[in-house]
Amino acid sequence: MSETPATASGAASPDAAGEIVSLYAAHQKIYARAVSGWFSTWRWALVWGTQILFYGLPWLQWNDRQAVLFDLGARRFYIGGLVLHPQDFIYLTGLLIVSAYGLFLFTAVAGRLWCGYACPQTVYTEIFMWFENRIEGDRAKRMKLDAGPWNGQKLLRKGGKQFVWLAFGLWTGFTFVGYFTPIRTLAAEAATLGFGPWEWFWILFYGFATYGNAGYMREQVCKYMCPYARFQSAMFDHDTMIISYDTARGEPRGSRPRSAPHASLAQLGKGECIDCSLCVQVCPTGIDIRKGLQYECIGCAACIDVCDSVMDKMSYPRGLIRYATQNGIDKGWDKAQMLRRVLRPRVLVYTAILILILTAFGASLMLRTPFRVDVVRDRGALARLVEDGRIENVYRLQVMNGTEAPQRFRIEVDGLKGAIIAGKSLVEVGSTESRWVAVSVQVPPETAGSLGAGAHPMRFNITRLPDASGGEISVHEKSTFVVPR
Amino acid sequence: MSDFFNSGWSIFIAAVTILGLAACLLLLVVASKRKVMANDNTTGHVWDGDLRELNNPLPRWWMILFVLTVVFAALYLVLYPGLGNAAGKLGWTSAGQYDAEQAKAQATMAPLYAKFTSQGAEALAKDPQAMAIGERLYINNCAQCHGSDAKGSKGFPNLTLPVESRLATDSFDAVKATITNGRQGLMPPMAAAVGSSEDVKNVANYVLSLSGSPHNATAAQLGKEKFAACAACHGPDGKGLKALGAPNLTDKVWLHGWGEEAILAMVNNGKTNVMPAQASRMSPEQIHVLSAYVWNLAQASPQK
Repeated sequence: MSETPATASGAASPDAAGEIVSLYAAHQKIYARAVSGWFSTWRWALVWGTQILFYGLPWLQWNDRQAVLFDLGARRFYIGGLVLHPQDFIYLTGLLIVSAYGLFLFTAVAGRLWCGYACPQTVYTEIFMWFENRIEGDRAKRMKLDAGPWNGQKLLRKGGKQFVWLAFGLWTGFTFVGYFTPIRTLAAEAATLGFGPWEWFWILFYGFATYGNAGYMREQVCKYMCPYARFQSAMFDHDTMIISYDTARGEPRGSRPRSAPHASLAQLGKGECIDCSLCVQVCPTGIDIRKGLQYECIGCAACIDVCDSVMDKMSYPRGLIRYATQNGIDKGWDKAQMLRRVLRPRVLVYTAILILILTAFGASLMLRTPFRVDVVRDRGALARLVEDGRIENVYRLQVMNGTEAPQRFRIEVDGLKGAIIAGKSLVEVGSTESRWVAVSVQVPPETAGSLGAGAHPMRFNITRLPDASGGEISVHEKSTFVVPR
Repeated sequence: MSDFFNSGWSIFIAAVTILGLAACLLLLVVASKRKVMANDNTTGHVWDGDLRELNNPLPRWWMILFVLTVVFAALYLVLYPGLGNAAGKLGWTSAGQYDAEQAKAQATMAPLYAKFTSQGAEALAKDPQAMAIGERLYINNCAQCHGSDAKGSKGFPNLTLPVESRLATDSFDAVKATITNGRQGLMPPMAAAVGSSEDVKNVANYVLSLSGSPHNATAAQLGKEKFAACAACHGPDGKGLKALGAPNLTDKVWLHGWGEEAILAMVNNGKTNVMPAQASRMSPEQIHVLSAYVWNLAQASPQK
């Protein structure tokens, strides 16, 4: 790939001399230089935060069961004291909507924050690169090692790295499966390698995916696979904080004696960029930020950290590469002027929607009844006549107990004069179980006569009888009662 | 089973599929090379005066994966049905997979059912696991007609009746036989044998009087002698005859409807009632457990 920057003057004529090239090229391995600084510290804080959560959560217990467990077999999802059923799918929908609007919001405000700091791809790549760095050394050493011949030293370092990567990948796979199979059981199985077939598959698959994506694919996942990476750029506008190289300050770039003071730059005919290329060396996607915003940039701010350290060494002011908006760079605004544009309509709308959904989500969780009922009318026989001319309809009620203790429920019917439940109206449902109960509703002949033939609305009231966990709670479910001709 | 009117269509579809695959590969070949301007690494296209297309080559593995996808598709079409009517080398069909899964499930359940088949109805009634299985079998296979509460409806017998008021299924074995082989109930039209329509009305009232249901006493008195036509099957006292499948008319069980009108319809038109055989839908072991459950419904105390 030729490195000549595109000239901004006019269009290249279509018949300019060119050559036929393949649109596919072997992947060039990127040797990203290790970086430290303010944003790097933030990223590591997020790595630690997210990963302590991910690796630690399955080990927490909640009243002699795992605190967070997704029991796919029983279709029960335990999150702390909350027991969710498949019928609570709406909460997952809510969670995804919250995540989506969250992404829209902070992408509109400050670009690809998710990609740069919190995305698992970035986080695991960061961890794997740290291992690589410890074992093979930093950028120059790694390049030398790769170029060099195979010898004991190289074998040891490469082998060591592979071992650590594989172990970490497997541990990740193990932890992932630990959210679905109780992790303590899994740990006991691990001692004898006695996993079930699906456990084996997912541990190996997830482990391999971690190893492959964080060890080898790295930036290619963001560049060629990830859909979010593509559409986040569509959420940028001229007031979005993005990682920007200040061309006005930096150009014309070039080397200069270390001793040259900042004030003498004008005389030298140089900008502040000393063309040390460190910003290119630390970039995990291998781009040159000085060419402006590119789709490969994941907004990790490594170039900001490294450039600031160079500016410090040169005793130049920091911020040659910095978070800035396009408007800010074009119009030479300072930070305050840029921040004033943060609360623009689109951000306010995103925020409002996000708060609205979060409120609804929270309220819905607070008001959630500890049990749920579905009413299914018998379809075979709509209605029947029983002794003394009473009309009877049969229903099947599925009572789902969402608590972890057996519960007793009272079923009542209302909305029809004189309607009674024939047979038992008390049901007991075991902990987190659901149970189908057949319920017969009868109305006296005079009610049937006054209603006339047809389907009439009515409802079931199902009441959880008081127990240790609280008082009576009622749920109402609508249904219909059919009076035959 | 053919999916097409004639084999020509099958060949046509197969040809379109193969051409489509080949076109995918051709597209890759045609679109993988481009003239690139020597001076600025762009393709030479210019939009809106200043917008140009930079040559950013995709990684080679991407191209290899594309080819592998096509190879996978070709292999799939060889092994599995997909090319028109071709069955595929593996001979896989969805029906075959269903049968295999069924067989596997049966095999898995065999030891469980083996435990049950050696036991009688009384023992199974005490086994909550067997009763839970029976209940699920009932809900999935029987509740459509007999209702979720098993109390039946007009024309569909109530399965919770006490044994003494049952007609044919008064033992566990009878229940099992009925579920396995089905059963037919036949009431011939008897109006001609009874007499005029007035006579039929009177007989109906007499029948109602047998069970102490609301009736017209005068009509019942008149219908008493006409009941002789019915007595052949239902017995002189109307208590029915189980051997013939003739129901007891003196109890409160009204399978085909309650009241004068229902009895008139029965005497005038007769009825053939069918319980379909279930032997082809369930295994003998399943029927055994289900029968125990259904039999237990009759025995079960209402508060269970």
